[in-house]
Amino acid sequence: MKSLEELKAIREKMQGQIGLRSESSEKTRVVVGMATCGIASGARPVLNALSDAVQSKGLSNVQVTMTGCIGLCQYEPIVEVFEPGKDKVTYVKMTPEKALEVVDQHLIRGQVVSKYTIAEVLG
Amino acid sequence: MLQELSLNVLDIVSNSIRAGANLIEITVEVDRERDSLTIEINDNGCGMTKEQLAMVEDPFYTTRTTRKIGLGVPFFKMAALGTGGSFHISSAPKAGTKVSASFILSHIDRMPLGDINSTIHTLITMNTQIDFVYTYKFDNKQFVLDTRQFREILGDIPLDNPEVSAYIKEYLEENKNGTDDGYQI
Repeated sequence: MKSLEELKAIREKMQGQIGLRSESSEKTRVVVGMATCGIASGARPVLNALSDAVQSKGLSNVQVTMTGCIGLCQYEPIVEVFEPGKDKVTYVKMTPEKALEVVDQHLIRGQVVSKYTIAEVLG
Repeated sequence: MLQELSLNVLDIVSNSIRAGANLIEITVEVDRERDSLTIEINDNGCGMTKEQLAMVEDPFYTTRTTRKIGLGVPFFKMAALGTGGSFHISSAPKAGTKVSASFILSHIDRMPLGDINSTIHTLITMNTQIDFVYTYKFDNKQFVLDTRQFREILGDIPLDNPEVSAYIKEYLEENKNGTDDGYQI
């Protein structure tokens, strides 16, 4: 079974690196709605897909977080992307697959995936 | 309706988070002999007044302003009562809130517990300012994950650090399997 010793090893490994992290660069925030409406629509797999992808692709300037209901329950799962200095982008009716597209296209290449945005879906 | 009880846990704990709790205890207890599954969530958040407590099981009550209904607690209650189990909330202002749901384990309408590890992992890594104590009991075995213990070892390394996050995921998986031998709940 996993022991706390392993956690100590991680601590020792990280110790040297911790001071190097710069606070200067502003982070992009990716927020997933996780109220009852979001959870019922499948927000947890979307959130997991996003945080796994952000971690595995080493996107250290992206922070994935959860929030409550934004009042658009019928469009859940909803993912909002806040990039410093840019307008908020709201993606609706998300799935883990669509979320990965957003990571590749939007978070890495900077191209908003318009077909999943609320403006597009609402028509 | 949520599809699995672990999603109800995620949902109910969101209430604790919005109540400003900084310590949340989650206990899942399976007892095959007593044919019961009990889920308890205990927080030290702002708590509720008697009036709020009386309303909280009503789907048309919510403190939020973004919409007019709140289904989190009613869903959880319905899931428990539907199995012949019980549901109870106790709370007082500034004293936190305790939610307790009991299910008849073998009842045909009992929803599966589902991916409880994912719920706990998500809660811990997405709310690094909050401490969680997760206890999983299965018959006479149990394991406890206490983030305060993790923090003591980690010092200033955050719980959402990728390596720590991966460690927590494995810690949950291995300890759960060691406790219930992979029994499907």
